[in-house]
Amino acid sequence: MIYLETKNVIKQYSGHKALDDVSIQVPQGCIYGLLGPNGAGKTTLIRIINRITAPDSGEVYIDGHLSKSSDIYNIGYLPEERGFYKKMKVGEQAVFLAQLKGLSKKDAQKEISRWFEKFDITSWKDKKIEELSKGMQQKIQFITTVVHNPDLLILDEPFSGFDPVNAELIKKEILELKRNGKTIILSTHNMESVEALCDEITLINKSHAVLQGNVREIREKYKQNILNLVVKGTSFDLAEDIFLIQSNVNDGFVTEVRLKKEKEIENSVLLKKITDNYEILSFKEELPSMNEIFIQTVTQL
Amino acid sequence: MRNLNLIIQREYLSRIKKKSFILLTLLTPILFILLFAVPVFLSGIKDSEVKRIVVIDETGKYIPHLKSSEYYLFEPVANDEGIKTKIGKEFFGILQITEDLSIYPKAVTFLSEKQAPMDLLNYLDRTFSEVVMEDKLEGLAAADGIDMNTINNIRKVVNTSNLVSVTTLRLDTSGTEKESSTAVAAGLGGTFTLLMYMFILMYGAMVMNGVVEEKSNRIVEVMISSVKPFDLMMGKIIGIGLTGLTQLFVWLVMVSGIFIVIGIFSPTNDLSGLPNILQQLGSIVSVNWIEILIYFFLFFIGGYLIYASLFAMFGAAVDSAQDTQQFVMPVTLIFIFALYAGMYSLQNPDGPLAFWCSMIPLTSPIVMMVRIPFEIPLWEKLLSLGILYITIYFVVRFAAKIYRIGILMYGKKPSIKELIKWFSYK
Repeated sequence: MIYLETKNVIKQYSGHKALDDVSIQVPQGCIYGLLGPNGAGKTTLIRIINRITAPDSGEVYIDGHLSKSSDIYNIGYLPEERGFYKKMKVGEQAVFLAQLKGLSKKDAQKEISRWFEKFDITSWKDKKIEELSKGMQQKIQFITTVVHNPDLLILDEPFSGFDPVNAELIKKEILELKRNGKTIILSTHNMESVEALCDEITLINKSHAVLQGNVREIREKYKQNILNLVVKGTSFDLAEDIFLIQSNVNDGFVTEVRLKKEKEIENSVLLKKITDNYEILSFKEELPSMNEIFIQTVTQL
Repeated sequence: MRNLNLIIQREYLSRIKKKSFILLTLLTPILFILLFAVPVFLSGIKDSEVKRIVVIDETGKYIPHLKSSEYYLFEPVANDEGIKTKIGKEFFGILQITEDLSIYPKAVTFLSEKQAPMDLLNYLDRTFSEVVMEDKLEGLAAADGIDMNTINNIRKVVNTSNLVSVTTLRLDTSGTEKESSTAVAAGLGGTFTLLMYMFILMYGAMVMNGVVEEKSNRIVEVMISSVKPFDLMMGKIIGIGLTGLTQLFVWLVMVSGIFIVIGIFSPTNDLSGLPNILQQLGSIVSVNWIEILIYFFLFFIGGYLIYASLFAMFGAAVDSAQDTQQFVMPVTLIFIFALYAGMYSLQNPDGPLAFWCSMIPLTSPIVMMVRIPFEIPLWEKLLSLGILYITIYFVVRFAAKIYRIGILMYGKKPSIKELIKWFSYK
């Protein structure tokens, strides 16, 4: 089921088009990557989904209906550029932001307490924001994004500013949200996290959606037919017309080989040929990383 | 509405709770009172020591006129060479008169070690001048055979200034004449105008800084995802405006309290002994306070809304407080013009400048406050308020549109032209 859909969204600013006919379809309960170089139009699209700005033309559908102003209470938005009222106390501020998202004061206090306990930061409540480190602020920012239990989450660079331990914590939280059926839009430049988390993506470049689909399928589509295998022995010199040896490294016991398939054949056929001559220790088809696909797509256009 | 209330609450409470706000609010009236009271109090303190002044009067004519007071003791002595060595030890100074002063006015000297006090010199000048004048007049009288009594009578008449003082009365609509005080009206007008100027500028700037702070903090991105930009702007403007009203209200209570205390502790029959300012209190009390205060608040709210929304718009258009200058300048100039127009209107509260400036919305809150104590016709006040509040509607709408775009724009400082272009953005 499609939870969020934008149809032919166009947004024009004086002099340039920020978005040109961008349509995306985000299935419910998936993590959807929104990728693209800086200035491509990601933030504009996110702002349109959040109803911060309106598109010049095109529509946004949320949960089957045309998006309306009450929908913002059902969205949790973690902007890339985020901040706080510096002089306000952490607890007060978190409750205030939760109230703005529609929670009653009592519920807001209850939920904030629960999250603060979960993240083990209850002792920060009476500190002022300016006394906290950037990473600490990010944690609170994350809490204020999810505290009202929204069905749609839009996270713009959620890992920036976190140390590896806390990044892992946030990653775990995101996956848990997904398990609970939340729909998550993840905008990031960190391609590793896209591979690890995202089910589907849209790549926006120069105001256009240039690449869309399932992450796995996209990687399949972009694969270069490179096979990586490790065989016993100190050399590999099998010559066949169905593949080309790209590299050949041995460490005295085993040899690691990269082969490029020259013809459309099943991997099993190719393997068979090799197993006749060598003992295979491991075999893997190399899929291009999202990083490579990103660079390739963006520089091509 | 719910979110607007939340914003107003946050803006209001976070400011009211600040220590600096509480101190400023409570201390300012005290500071003002001290500013007036301390000089009065200090001038009351005098040197307790009686200064001995020895007088060498070679003519013998002037010494009977010098009267010792609680501060100065005049003692005649004979001229003695060694006397100068005792200055500063046995007495304060030597006053020496060598010739008839009506012929040689410079024939009197005062010799002392320390600087001679002003009041002593004034006393001496006055006393000697009086004696010399008497002398001269007597001389003239004797020469022309005029009776000395006649001359004394003439002097009395000449010395009395203000033989006539115009009582200002105003004819009100019911045909009865009312006593009014132009001086009191002018004083009140001036005070309220300055108060209005100060408050609108101070709290308007506070709105602008608040917006710039939100923008440079980037909290605005978070806020805007749950609050409409209009609510965010109006919440800030209203919240800060309420802060201003709270401050005004506290001051009003404090000042009335002080007036009441003065009223209780100084019974009216004792007032004659107090300085003139306090005697004026009587006529201040007769002024229609309720009316002036109501208009003050109406015009304050109106003026504040206009300027605050302009300031909010400028704050949204730039990235940092320094960049606001180019936009703030023209507005401040209009504001200063309004203040001058107001001050000028004190001279002529019904002149064309006063009238028109009290109708134009950007200047009317200030200029009107000058005019209201002068009891201008009701229709002028209502018309001015009407124009002001209709203008607010348009200014706020315009400002909100610019604000909405501005808070999300970073980078290059926009020109006025670009601001206007933003107006058409969806």
